[in-house]
Amino acid sequence: MSGNIKTELSKRDPDPAVPEATELEGESRIQGRSPARLAWERLRRDRAAMVSFVVIVLIALVAIGAPLVATLVGHGPNDQYRDIGLTPQGLPKPPSRTFLLGTDDLGRDLLVRIAYGSRISLLVGVVSTLISVVFGVVVGVVAGYLGGRVDTVIALVIDVVLSIPFLLAGIAIVSIVGPSLTVTIIVIAFFSWSSIARIVRGQVLSIREREYVEAARSLGASDWRIMFVDVLPNVLAPVIVYTTLLIPLAIVSEATLSFLGLGVPAPTATWGGMLDGSLQYYRVAWWYLLFPGLALLITTLAFNIFGDGVRDAFDPRTDRLFAAETTTDAGDGK
Amino acid sequence: MIRFLVRRALRALLVIWLITLVLFGMFFVAPSNVAQTLGGRQATPETIALINQRLGLDRPLWQQYLSFVGGALRGDLGYDYYKQIPVTSIIADALPKTASIAFGAAVIWMLLGVTNGVLSAVRPRTFVDRGLTALSLFFYSMPTFLLGLLLLYYLYFQLTLAGIRIFPAGGYVDLTTSPLGWLQHMILPWITVALVSAAAYTRLTRTSMLEVLGEDYIRTARSKGISERRVVVRHGLRSALSPVVTQFGIDVATLLGGVIITETVFSIDGIGRTAIVAIDQQDQPVIIGIVLLGTVAVVVANILVDIGYAVLDPRVRLT
Amino acid sequence: MTALLEVADVCKYFPIGRRRLFGAAPPSVRAVDGVSLSVERGETLGLVGETGCGKSTLARCMTRLYDLTAGRVTFDGTDISALSRAELRPLRREMQVMFQDPYGSLNPRRRVGSIIGDPFAIHDVADGEERKHRVQELMELVGLNPEHYNRFPAEFSGGQRQRIGIARALALKPKLVVCDEPVSALDVSIQAQIINLLAELQEQLQLTYVFITHDLSVVRHVSDRIAVMYLGKIVEVADTEDLHEHTRHPYTRALLSAVPVADPDALAGRERVVLRGDLPSPAAPPSGCRFHPRCPKARELCLTDDPELAEHAPGHQVACHFPLADGELLTLSKPMIDDLAPDLTFDPTAAEEGTS
Repeated sequence: MSGNIKTELSKRDPDPAVPEATELEGESRIQGRSPARLAWERLRRDRAAMVSFVVIVLIALVAIGAPLVATLVGHGPNDQYRDIGLTPQGLPKPPSRTFLLGTDDLGRDLLVRIAYGSRISLLVGVVSTLISVVFGVVVGVVAGYLGGRVDTVIALVIDVVLSIPFLLAGIAIVSIVGPSLTVTIIVIAFFSWSSIARIVRGQVLSIREREYVEAARSLGASDWRIMFVDVLPNVLAPVIVYTTLLIPLAIVSEATLSFLGLGVPAPTATWGGMLDGSLQYYRVAWWYLLFPGLALLITTLAFNIFGDGVRDAFDPRTDRLFAAETTTDAGDGK
Repeated sequence: MIRFLVRRALRALLVIWLITLVLFGMFFVAPSNVAQTLGGRQATPETIALINQRLGLDRPLWQQYLSFVGGALRGDLGYDYYKQIPVTSIIADALPKTASIAFGAAVIWMLLGVTNGVLSAVRPRTFVDRGLTALSLFFYSMPTFLLGLLLLYYLYFQLTLAGIRIFPAGGYVDLTTSPLGWLQHMILPWITVALVSAAAYTRLTRTSMLEVLGEDYIRTARSKGISERRVVVRHGLRSALSPVVTQFGIDVATLLGGVIITETVFSIDGIGRTAIVAIDQQDQPVIIGIVLLGTVAVVVANILVDIGYAVLDPRVRLT
Repeated sequence: MTALLEVADVCKYFPIGRRRLFGAAPPSVRAVDGVSLSVERGETLGLVGETGCGKSTLARCMTRLYDLTAGRVTFDGTDISALSRAELRPLRREMQVMFQDPYGSLNPRRRVGSIIGDPFAIHDVADGEERKHRVQELMELVGLNPEHYNRFPAEFSGGQRQRIGIARALALKPKLVVCDEPVSALDVSIQAQIINLLAELQEQLQLTYVFITHDLSVVRHVSDRIAVMYLGKIVEVADTEDLHEHTRHPYTRALLSAVPVADPDALAGRERVVLRGDLPSPAAPPSGCRFHPRCPKARELCLTDDPELAEHAPGHQVACHFPLADGELLTLSKPMIDDLAPDLTFDPTAAEEGTS
């Protein structure tokens, strides 16, 4: 049926600017504010979260611009300057005009290596998290919704994976197949998906009983449609929160593996690898310990604070400490 | 209740069995040149074959698996490849060291974490709360090995330079030999393992307590005139502890990881260190034995957690 | 003309407890225990009963949201009792359900337009612009502003959400709509609006309703016929006025006597029957007639024989061994069963003082 639909409201509305229903192209003029939108607005008001977000962006910029840093300073990340970069005894040199953050035990510029290290940390952190989240969510939704034998089997698999001590098994796996960037990402992702799957599964088990799921079934919707159109949007909130908290964990895992020599192998610059090197030299070269350590700490801290902010944005409570507290949108009277 | 426990135990056994399968699959899929290493570079193919035979590596996989499981059930985890020492005794040697670190740290972090969390929760948004939260966030973000390194640097190195020789650089002294020495050597590892987890538990307890303290029944308890201390501890803490207890079950798995790192940083020959050496040498029986032990520990811990849950929350007992 | 919906001896049991390893079947909750009904085209059949009597379960059996433990359901001539989900799907366009909870029956994370448009999407009926068009038409039909197409359920009131539910149910112009307590969760003033809307829509779109409720004053207003349910069985079926003027089953009489009436004089002149005891557990229904432990007219026969639903007068069915006559006062009856358990003695003064 084409033609104009005069709404009851528009007939009585003195303001003639109310459009006909058929005039509305694409989105309606009245935009509902989705829960995601509301959460985003709350997040914006969280000062600590916004600051840490800026820090994360800065780190990402450094990671992207690492080659630029190298060109500016004139040193490559793997260039060994045994003559000017080491003391006569062959020990690392402290920060100076040539080497802004000092050198490591092979005479390499720490500043450049830290910049390149950020690439690895962010890459592994984000990619492995994404993989584990996607996989975990799908598995969790399927297991929780379909129930029955599928669920029993999947729940068992999740239990098994969760029971294996991560570091121990991770080290073992890497030692068999040999360390590399890909292996690191896969290993970290492999041990992370199960915790998300468990959480999602739990959520789905309760959502499954809601009336709107029953309504969808009464309309004749197929299981897959219900899972991904009705159930999934309702589990996304905790998933997003968990993702932001999973990234720093992945970063730390990568650093730990690299520290043990089983992450991304030398000579690639990784923060964990640098700290491993510093283990022998910290007595004589405090910068070798401090700067990579600081980089790692700041990155993880930023992600954690941001993750906290995201969690609070989705689940606001009166106990948030660092956020600007406004109760209404009607301006800030402070 | 009994039925619940039996079901949990059966499921746990199933999980453990599946893990042995996975472990075996993992390790024996990879080509192993243990025989080569043992025989040395000059070894002839015959020698290698002989070594393989003596180690039992030439048997079909399923046979090796079955004999392993059979042995394990009797308490025999095989022998290490290089020195033919029973795996069980290798583990038994290393276990006290790891256990010292693990238990000591666990006690510290639970006490620290829960008390701080409660303190934070009962005085929200005060200086105490903000300070504790900031500290927790800080330590929570610190990787364990970094903390270990920093502690080594400041508490060992700088102090020793200054002439205060309290903390050693690492190593282990048996409790029976010298309790003081044992303590001395354990403090830095304890702090390393405990501080990060304590931070996590502070946050967890705080969140959980805040939620519980907002409940109606707490308000009722207060309006009955019960002292604040009793309200918090007897009424509030009991419910607030359940997520903490759950987390603890999960954390046993991470604890083993933390222990590995700590043992590396502080040069302690515990299970973690032994595992790394074994992995380096591809000493499969030892690796499998240790990973299996770790897994069993996690599974057992989780059952205990479930029991603890049932104790804390009477509703669970009815299901 | 054949009835639109025919329910024949439908049973729905839910097993409770674990499956025993040996021997006997586990105890079950007999939510629906042998129900036979028919729904004629164009009518509104009211289905009333206490909470827990099995009305909602019956509704779901009728629309095959549950599998039947036993019995047969025929919809528009087709036997749908054993059809698979895939086979049922095309039939879902013809029979729809309206749910009770305006807060739970709409997905909070989806926009209203998308929720209402679901039937179009699921059955591949309309797409894109056309779908949006038809959704907005529906919104207007049920009295919602079509411009609110993009809003979320949280931004609507309870009454409006029920309207959304109605719109969703009517999207594909079904023949039968089963309304499961559609107004029970709403304020009384809004209830009237929604009921009137349902009546209008019935006339406009030639719908057949099964109207489930525990609210007797509502059901009198909307139904052509009323079926009274007790503990999983139908005890009486009659035209609305017939049910009220010529009540036959003691349970129905007790129910009707409890309906609030605004006129104090009329109230005084009406017999007030108060039943003792509570609804027995559906897992262990009483022997014989299920109502006998609470029935003021119970006799020996009622203890042993479960009465069948039989036609007492044209269009009026009762399941009772000793149906009431017109004008018979229930409060004057005493149950006549030997070896009664002590708490079954009927207390005529309970009508004034009420039970403990």
